[in-house]
Amino acid sequence: MSFLTLESLNKQFGDFTAVKGLDLSIEKGEFISLLGPSGCGKTTTLQMIAGLLTPTNGRILLDGKDISHTPPNKRGLGIVFQSYALFPHMTATENVAFGLEMRSVGKAERLERARAALKQVKLDQFADRYPKQMSGGQRQRVALARALVIEPPVLLLDEPLSNLDAKLREDMRMELRLLQQDIGVTTILVTHDQEEALSMSDRIVVMKEGQMEQLASPLELYEHPRNTFVSDFVGKTNLIRATAHANDAAGAHVLVDGEMITLPGHSLEEGRDLTISIRPEKFHMSDDASGHEVEVRAAIFLGSSWLYRVSSKMGDLFITQPNNGSAGYKKGQSAYVRWSQDAVTLFEEGK
Amino acid sequence: MSDQAHAGPGAKAAPYWMTGPGVIFFIALLGAPMMMTFLLSLHSYDFTLGIQDDWTLANYIEVLGDPYFHKIFGRTFGLALLVTVICVAIGAPEAYVLSRLSNPWKSVFLLVVLGPLLISVVVRTLGWALFFGGNGVLTMTAQALGFGEEPVSLMFTFTGMTIALVHVLVPFMVISIWAALQKIDPQSEDAALTLGASKFTTLRRITLPQAMPGILSGSIIVFALTASAFATPAIIGGRRMKVVATAAYDEYLSTLNWPLGATIAILLLVANIAIIVSYNQLVERRFAKVFE
Ligand SMILES: Nc1ncnc2c1ncn2[C@@H]1O[C@H](COP(=O)(O)OP(=O)(O)OP(=O)(O)O)[C@@H](O)[C@H]1O
Ligand SMILES: [Mg+2]
Repeated sequence: MSFLTLESLNKQFGDFTAVKGLDLSIEKGEFISLLGPSGCGKTTTLQMIAGLLTPTNGRILLDGKDISHTPPNKRGLGIVFQSYALFPHMTATENVAFGLEMRSVGKAERLERARAALKQVKLDQFADRYPKQMSGGQRQRVALARALVIEPPVLLLDEPLSNLDAKLREDMRMELRLLQQDIGVTTILVTHDQEEALSMSDRIVVMKEGQMEQLASPLELYEHPRNTFVSDFVGKTNLIRATAHANDAAGAHVLVDGEMITLPGHSLEEGRDLTISIRPEKFHMSDDASGHEVEVRAAIFLGSSWLYRVSSKMGDLFITQPNNGSAGYKKGQSAYVRWSQDAVTLFEEGK
Repeated sequence: MSDQAHAGPGAKAAPYWMTGPGVIFFIALLGAPMMMTFLLSLHSYDFTLGIQDDWTLANYIEVLGDPYFHKIFGRTFGLALLVTVICVAIGAPEAYVLSRLSNPWKSVFLLVVLGPLLISVVVRTLGWALFFGGNGVLTMTAQALGFGEEPVSLMFTFTGMTIALVHVLVPFMVISIWAALQKIDPQSEDAALTLGASKFTTLRRITLPQAMPGILSGSIIVFALTASAFATPAIIGGRRMKVVATAAYDEYLSTLNWPLGATIAILLLVANIAIIVSYNQLVERRFAKVFE
């Protein structure tokens, strides 16, 4: 049986529905991300789980018990807020020890455990500093230690990395994931950063306007997005128009810019307009005159790869090519692109 | 706070230039009369000959050595302290409730709280005088409720002055605490709740300490305004319940001993500054690390 279950969870603000019929089962120790654009109801969902908002409809079950109407101070979940919400008038140690104090842990043990938690997030030298005297990254770690020290059954993270700079964010992703696996705490991360979700989660919930669009593992989500929204939101992609041509035993034959491609396992009505998606890195770009001709509009060097924006008869495309040490294409140059059949994802909806 | 956004010559001087007009205004309108008051306090006074041309500290020695003045100073600062404490006790819950209200109630109650500031202190105090007087509303109510036939008058009493001053000054406390409450991250209260704190514990351990800067600065305002208040003590306290400000006034206008009046005024100023500065330093030392 799953550890944390959301059953057709609804939240309404007046006549605006922020979360619509969310169903989700989370296993013990799992790392789940709620991913979606701003305003799609991620924070609202998290706050309902934490008990800071009451669901309009639906239930929340923790370890088989209905906690939908348990007040937040009786749920005992650990939560890291987007603003960190540290107590400005307490030192790092006092911040971390607060939850233990509320659980009537004795002073000596409380301090010892708070220091251990700070050490776990590599902040032991900053134990006596006030939040104001710490950097964003350090505050973020105090908030994490404060949430973890109470040994919560579920850890809730509301965009905990969004206030950090790019480099620190990448380091913290790894650290956070390792720490979570170490402790084995069930974790729900709210983020609008698809890279963050992909790199940290066991499973990802993609949300749009309060509803779940897809629930899948990172790889599955990336390779087999269910619709254009997911495919566009998770990773960069190129959406290309195509026309259904014929079906046979091999699958559906689809015409893309004069080339016939086969989509195994599909059967499509002839002449129908389709949208296919090809990820930027799935293109192969070369000078050999085979495939589709493109003209380079912009070339950006990213270190490990090149990012090109090219124009073609299929429209403008984004293409990434690994950096193999050569100079790459220049603006205005022509080239040819190809892709393998399994690089193509089909969406039956028109674009 | 101290980072220099623009480098280059003249950049450092800019703040001085910009505050210059204010400083000149301040010196001309406040500094000059104060200086003249101070100089006046160093002359002696003769009941037949008037103000003398000599320079002496006799006035200071007289005031500092006279039990009559000790009592007045003691009463003034006792009053200031009491009014401050009561203003905190009333203003803090009021500001908290206010900060929890949502519009339109918030605007309505803010207006109710601040409304008294729109009416002249003298008018408000005269209102209290009518209320407190021997045949005022207070007496009539007490008699109607059967608390005896004696008129209950709070005129010329310490209690009366305290009540009237609290009424006059509590809006300052509310504004000050309210401003501090506005700055609190509401999520820090949520965080306390999720960590297992009850609502009351959250209020006591998280909200109140963060509102402390507002309470302390409100206290300074109320204390200083009470210690130097004139209109309310003059009307409610009168001659029988003198405070420093009314005592100085009497020296000027009744006894015509201007130098002595000036001395009292200067001593009030010095005492007020000493108390407020040391209090402020205490506060700064306590909170410098914690709040911006
Ligand atoms: N208290 C509230 N009253 C009315 N509407 C609200 C309230 N809280 C949130 N909403 C609305 O609910 C929707 C979802 O809000 P939520 O905070 O969950 O978004 P989010 O997915 O966390 O977005 P972001 O990534 O910007 O934080 C938003 O459209 C928001 O305007
Ligand atoms: Mg949010």
